[in-house]
Amino acid sequence: MGEDAESPKINHTFLRDYVTEADVISTVEFNQTGDLLATGDKGGRVVIFQRETESKGESEEVGETGDSGEYNVYSTFQSHEPDFDYLKSLEIEEKINKIRWLPQQNAAHFLLSTNDKTIKLWKVSERDKRPEGYNLKDEEGRLKDISTITSLQVPVLKPTDLMVEVRPRRVFSNGHTYHVNSISVNSDGETYLSADDLRINMWHLGITDRSFNIVDIKPANMEDLTEVITAAEFHPHHCHLFVYSSSKGTLRLCDMRASALCDKHTKLFEEPEDPGSRSFFSEIISSVSDVKFSHSGRYLLTRDYLTAKVWDLNMDKGPVETYQVHEYLRSKLCSLYENDCIFDKFECVWNSSDSVIMTGAYNSFFRMFDRETGRGVTLEAWRESSKPRAVLRTRRVYTGGKRRRGDVGVDSLDFTKKILHMAWHPSENIIAIAATNNLYIFQDRVNPETQAQ
Amino acid sequence: MEVSAEAKRIMIVALGKLYSSRTQRGGLRLHRSLLLTLVMKSARDMYHAAQATTGSVASGCEQQHYTAEPHPELQGPAYPATGKPRISPREEVVGPPTGAEDKENLCPTGPAQHSRKRRGKAAVEPDFLPCKKAKLEQGSCPQQLAVNPLLMDYAKCSSELGAPPTPMPLQRAIAAC
Repeated sequence: MGEDAESPKINHTFLRDYVTEADVISTVEFNQTGDLLATGDKGGRVVIFQRETESKGESEEVGETGDSGEYNVYSTFQSHEPDFDYLKSLEIEEKINKIRWLPQQNAAHFLLSTNDKTIKLWKVSERDKRPEGYNLKDEEGRLKDISTITSLQVPVLKPTDLMVEVRPRRVFSNGHTYHVNSISVNSDGETYLSADDLRINMWHLGITDRSFNIVDIKPANMEDLTEVITAAEFHPHHCHLFVYSSSKGTLRLCDMRASALCDKHTKLFEEPEDPGSRSFFSEIISSVSDVKFSHSGRYLLTRDYLTAKVWDLNMDKGPVETYQVHEYLRSKLCSLYENDCIFDKFECVWNSSDSVIMTGAYNSFFRMFDRETGRGVTLEAWRESSKPRAVLRTRRVYTGGKRRRGDVGVDSLDFTKKILHMAWHPSENIIAIAATNNLYIFQDRVNPETQAQ
Repeated sequence: MEVSAEAKRIMIVALGKLYSSRTQRGGLRLHRSLLLTLVMKSARDMYHAAQATTGSVASGCEQQHYTAEPHPELQGPAYPATGKPRISPREEVVGPPTGAEDKENLCPTGPAQHSRKRRGKAAVEPDFLPCKKAKLEQGSCPQQLAVNPLLMDYAKCSSELGAPPTPMPLQRAIAAC
């Protein structure tokens, strides 16, 4: 690797394309219907995109069903501000760690957004009518002179330009000592969980001054600490089940019916370590960065530094499928440790039918694996190589053998271009990929790709 | 030999990262600190294992890299045997790396037993001053140690292994950051 003519890419991104730290996208999430897509960034802002439903006259796709599929900005608001913990003299970052939508119950949409410490519930509602014809106020809202009023009228609602209002409805604060890494809405529609490094709390959406601690792995002596919680999620259908992952690479399934405090797991999912592959960095690369239930609720998808694994809830001895995301990095772990990349937390997602899984990598690459064939494909989210409506071409990282045109050498990979956050539409083949400060939305018009790598 | 050199490098880098994480926005990240500590422990164990196996062959050339004397005799002014005072080029790396801001978020290995005193970012207390709680678990060590609290842990652990530890001088660690 690296003996080719390609010189290592010098990262000129900073000069050519100045990215404000605050604009870096830190989370992406579709709502349950897929009509809305929310992104959160490091600056504490949330941007909501809405899918256009009217088919445009000049749609060029043949056979297109009603939806043009374009997502346009629907609303933007500042969710969290930088904060300060005076007791500990610590800054609290405003970066949005996670956004989760609530199932829609009426015309308004609700979402939860969280930074390191505080979770907020936001109500997103539309207003497209306004009352006109007040008796005591004029059009601008100024009080009328009573002597000029000669008759009474009933105010009527008149259509007006669409206005999207976002208001904070609840603020769930002071629930966490450590940094919140996950939130997950329960299928009961009333509660949600929030997880930090050592504890998981359950909240009721209507109650902000109390939360119920359901997992606490903090040891009596912090010097005995050996693992932390890295992600947590409720089961999609069973409101009493949730899973949490740890930095040791284990998954714990907990049943809230068993006891009030779910420190003792109902099931522990662990893969025995391969002693042959032990290195200095074994602990770091085995830390699970994301865990997701499949839509069916039967499987779990986890991501650690080099692999993505599918687990069957009925089998705790090990994963049923393991996908190598970027195995070529295994020999580079020392440099990745020095430049901090080894600590990157990649997310992973299921497609709507649980037949394809997707996760991110470096160099603006992301990977999709077809579970049926076991084959993976590498795609790129990079402006210069994808024009709107162009077909995404598959990419390859050169790891030996015959080198094809367009292959990228491992030493040429740009490790500053990492795809950490992504989302898959709940029912269609539309994906949203966050690449630093850019959001890419890709749609599949035909079928899921099944090309060989 | 390569293993021990790599292990040493990894430990130095881990120390540097732990130090710099104190000044990171958002406070100490527990997960990251834990992983760094695990890497350091792992590297330290491998380093000592490599040292033990290579034994006297290595010790001859390795020792000259170290300016410290064997463990029980470590004292403040004697520690940097080169005679240079223990200076830190950057203020923020002085003092216990994690004990300062957040007791709950302490680095899990070691600093807890030292200096509960809150130290601000600009604390310049030199390391060669004796720590108040420099108490070791092995035998008799009445002298107060000037070893940085983070390194205390592997000094402690090394004694459990039985091999005489050769802690890195702090200025090497800082230089590598």
